Amino acid sequence: MAYLEMSRLALKWAMKRPPTTRYPFRPRHPIAGSRGQLDLDRATCVYCTACAKKCPTGALFVNRLKKTLAIDRLRCISCGYCVEICPKGSLKLTTSHGTPAITRDREF
Amino acid sequence: MPRTIIPFGPQHPVLPEPVHLDLVVEDEKVVAARPSIGFIHRGLEKLVEKKDYVEFVYVAERICGICSFIHCQTYCQAIESLMNVAVPPRALYLRTVWGELSRIHSHLLWLGLMADAMGFESLFMHSWRVREKVLDVVEATAGGRVIFGSCKIGGVRRDIDAECIKQTIADLDSIEREIATITKVFLSDRSVKARLSGVGVLSRKGAYDLGCVGPTLRASGVAQDMRTLGYAAFKDLDLAPITRTEGDSYARCAVRCDELLQSARLIRQALAKIPAGEVAVKVTGNPTGEIIARTEQPRGEVVYFIKANGTKNLQRFRIRTPTFANLPAMLQLLQGCDLADVPVLLLTIDPCISCTER
Repeated sequence: MAYLEMSRLALKWAMKRPPTTRYPFRPRHPIAGSRGQLDLDRATCVYCTACAKKCPTGALFVNRLKKTLAIDRLRCISCGYCVEICPKGSLKLTTSHGTPAITRDREF
Repeated sequence: MPRTIIPFGPQHPVLPEPVHLDLVVEDEKVVAARPSIGFIHRGLEKLVEKKDYVEFVYVAERICGICSFIHCQTYCQAIESLMNVAVPPRALYLRTVWGELSRIHSHLLWLGLMADAMGFESLFMHSWRVREKVLDVVEATAGGRVIFGSCKIGGVRRDIDAECIKQTIADLDSIEREIATITKVFLSDRSVKARLSGVGVLSRKGAYDLGCVGPTLRASGVAQDMRTLGYAAFKDLDLAPITRTEGDSYARCAVRCDELLQSARLIRQALAKIPAGEVAVKVTGNPTGEIIARTEQPRGEVVYFIKANGTKNLQRFRIRTPTFANLPAMLQLLQGCDLADVPVLLLTIDPCISCTER
């Protein structure tokens, strides 16, 4: 019966637990392979500035002389281009999205 | 009867997109609709002069939040054709899978919005509940939920392993079952039929003459689908355009419902046939020449024109989006309709103003 299709769906879901979760009280389950925040391994980084030159949004700041690398989280779009071109494999994208950035502070 | 002009949009409860219409009404009948667009023009076509052609992949993907992957794919296809890059077959299959996942989530989003415009709130919630599952599959395979970020010039940015393919097929089984339940409501529920049947009829000739594309055109009986051109891996897949002959809002809804299941079948076929090998080739040099690339977005055919002069920045970049092609049809549908049918008729072409204004 055409009348009952929606009623059947509604009744079925009336018995089930809601598919939504109480975020942020219950954190979202991490998904393997998700492109989250950028992470740096300082031990292997040679500060070659390749990532800063290629970053499409200009979110990375590298100083070769002072040996510093900083990221502006508001600009980073987690595209993973820096991870691809890093010659030492020092950069990687974690599956965690972290806390939302609200300032232009540079991290690392 | 005196005429009144009712401003409709750019902010309106039923409008997901910022388009403004001046509705000229006589009593409850719409006599004419005058559109004005340009609220979210971002000048993305001009940006090719500042971003080089590799960086522009990220911009192309951000033209639209719904058909993001297919925009990116079309741009990459155009540049690859200009530079004579042979994309590895595995990358073509992965592009097909992600393109069809993008179509499923776009159509589910539209079904939800249409249910919302009709006042069918619970059906809207169920459509978006299933869409969330599709987005989870996209995130697990591509890395992002809406911005896939997985396509690049010369192939794709990431591969999926056998375990991930198995999981995707298992998820697809459950998504397909849920889609079948929801589309059954859309296609057989009396209130949906009463709201959509016979509303905004577009004849076959009318749709063709107005230059409609995508489900809007196919619902009027014209079997035009750019996927039949055989780009990406579509040449190896079993694909026939889904058409209806009624040409009304119900037919446009039915075409999209059937396309959901068709896309799921295509993903299944592509994952079964996916060849092993590399997913990208190295691209060197700069593009030269002019090219037109066409693909089928969830809303219809998108046309990319690219002109390059051998430098790292493109010389000219132009997009004809499906919503732009469907706007004249929407304005014709609005003429003579009841004021209460305006939200349904606006949504029936699945407008994406973000694409249109770029």
